[in-house]
Amino acid sequence: MGQIELKQVTKSFGTTQVIPPLDLIIQDGEFTVFVGPSGCGKSTLLRLIAGLEDITTGHIEIDGKGATDVVPAKRGLAMVFQSYALYPHMSVRKNIAFPLRMAKLDKAEITKRVEGAASVLNLTDYLDRRPGQLSGGQRQRVAIGRAIVREPAAFLFDEPLSNLDAALRVGMRLEISELHKRLETTMVYVTHDQVEAMTMADKIVVLNAGVIEQEGTPLELYRSPRNTFVAGFIGSPKMNLITGPEAEKQNAHTIGVRPEHIDVVESGGQWQGTVGVAEHLGSDTFFHIHNTGLAEMLTVRAIGDVSLRHGDAIHLNPRADEIHRFDAQGLRIS
Amino acid sequence: MARNVTTQRKIITTAAAWTIGLIIFFPIYWTILTSFKTEAQAINDPPLFFAFNWTLENYAIVQERSDYMKFLWNSVVIAGGSTILGTLIAIPAAWSMAFVPSVRTKDILLWMLSTKMLPAVGVLYPISLVFVQFNLLDTRGGLMVVLMLINLPIIVWMLYSYFKEIPGEILEAARMDGATLKEEILYVLTPMAIPGIASTLLLNFILAWNEAFWTLNLTATNAAPLTAFIASYSSPEGLFFAKLSAASTMAIAPILILGWLSQKQLVRGLTFGAVK
Repeated sequence: MGQIELKQVTKSFGTTQVIPPLDLIIQDGEFTVFVGPSGCGKSTLLRLIAGLEDITTGHIEIDGKGATDVVPAKRGLAMVFQSYALYPHMSVRKNIAFPLRMAKLDKAEITKRVEGAASVLNLTDYLDRRPGQLSGGQRQRVAIGRAIVREPAAFLFDEPLSNLDAALRVGMRLEISELHKRLETTMVYVTHDQVEAMTMADKIVVLNAGVIEQEGTPLELYRSPRNTFVAGFIGSPKMNLITGPEAEKQNAHTIGVRPEHIDVVESGGQWQGTVGVAEHLGSDTFFHIHNTGLAEMLTVRAIGDVSLRHGDAIHLNPRADEIHRFDAQGLRIS
Repeated sequence: MARNVTTQRKIITTAAAWTIGLIIFFPIYWTILTSFKTEAQAINDPPLFFAFNWTLENYAIVQERSDYMKFLWNSVVIAGGSTILGTLIAIPAAWSMAFVPSVRTKDILLWMLSTKMLPAVGVLYPISLVFVQFNLLDTRGGLMVVLMLINLPIIVWMLYSYFKEIPGEILEAARMDGATLKEEILYVLTPMAIPGIASTLLLNFILAWNEAFWTLNLTATNAAPLTAFIASYSSPEGLFFAKLSAASTMAIAPILILGWLSQKQLVRGLTFGAVK
């Protein structure tokens, strides 16, 4: 069991309020991702749930029980840190066993659980090494091992993959997702990388300046962003946001079209411009287009290798049913 | 690219370093040398460097006249006790200042250090009174406490700067793993800071060992450590340079050997591959 509920939670550092009153329910077994730009309060929110920071006002409940004044150790949560935070003077075995030792479990049980976790995470051969002798990915797995042996009510991940190189990150992303499927334990995951959010989450919580801009499944956020902030944040490359006459034609202050929802046509397109940078990825081509008269720059994704080069004229057709409309406050007009 | 160092430059800097090193070491060398001379040779003009009759006579006399082992034991107990006491107080203090600093932490650190700027003699009278009142004069316990207090600011400062190097996330991880504050300090912080703690202990032990002002003023016979042992040979009448040197050599020998054996530990920094 691991339902986490925040009720009117606020956090201030001195006179600066970083989290204005915030309500959030994380369902048992759910993989929730907090995503937002740096400084949006997502890590602070995670630390409030962990108990590493005290909340200023409000309540936190874990499994329906008040946890506001409970110390981190007693909240039944396990955390994986960005820097892994392994104990450098202990072997991998002792690192993983540490929470069990603190829980005063008997030796046989500790050995059993440590070996179980090690085999799940492919760490059996490394149990007697020190963290300093491991690669980044192995250290990350040790950190996860240390979290899973406790069988916590929920896992908290604080940007756990940001120290890994790109290839390893994709691999670990899959491993964590598989772990969640297997354990079915609540996971709360903080990242600034919206690709991680989209690929892993059951529910994404988009934060900006301590405020929840929107929460929902990845596809809900992708299909119907509640405001221009979420629209611009979710999706890669970013959604094109266009203001001015083109938006007014659609009875909106701002319209948004995703790069993948603009088709490149031979001639006579609704919009025209010149190609700035063309990024050829093989499977896709991203065009950064100038001189459209719509916005500073438009980004368009074409499937396959389209052979337009820098300076070429380009004709575009946005898909009418994929245009998002926003009012002057930036809120979605449905 | 590495810096370009010419051979000539290397020779000059090496020679300079050796010169400075030898100048610093000279008084100790001279003391040891003098301890093997007769009293007459010790004050010979010009000074005798090698051409004298080496003798162990001074050591024999010093040994005969005073109970070296008793002074040595007092030094060990007082320096060791004050170091252990100081560490027990300084670890939690440095922990709180390094990991849960308040807006006043910097001020407190500076204020603590400011006590070192006060001339010791300034508080001699009040402390003597306290010692008289509580029957602490010439006791090892009393001296232990005074030396601990004298060196505490330095221990706290040193530990504070070592602890600052330890990533806070590791301690937070321990907290998440269910460690109580005591377990966090005992199982995680202390083992990680061992090189730092060891060099702090060692330095403090050396400072306490060499401390003379308080040991001379607050002891007579029972608790007198090696500093008092040396002082007893600097008599105003008569010339006892050779015996004084022998006593000094005997007093500094243990700490010199300890320092020698542990120099690696003294200079070893906090080098761990903990994070990233």
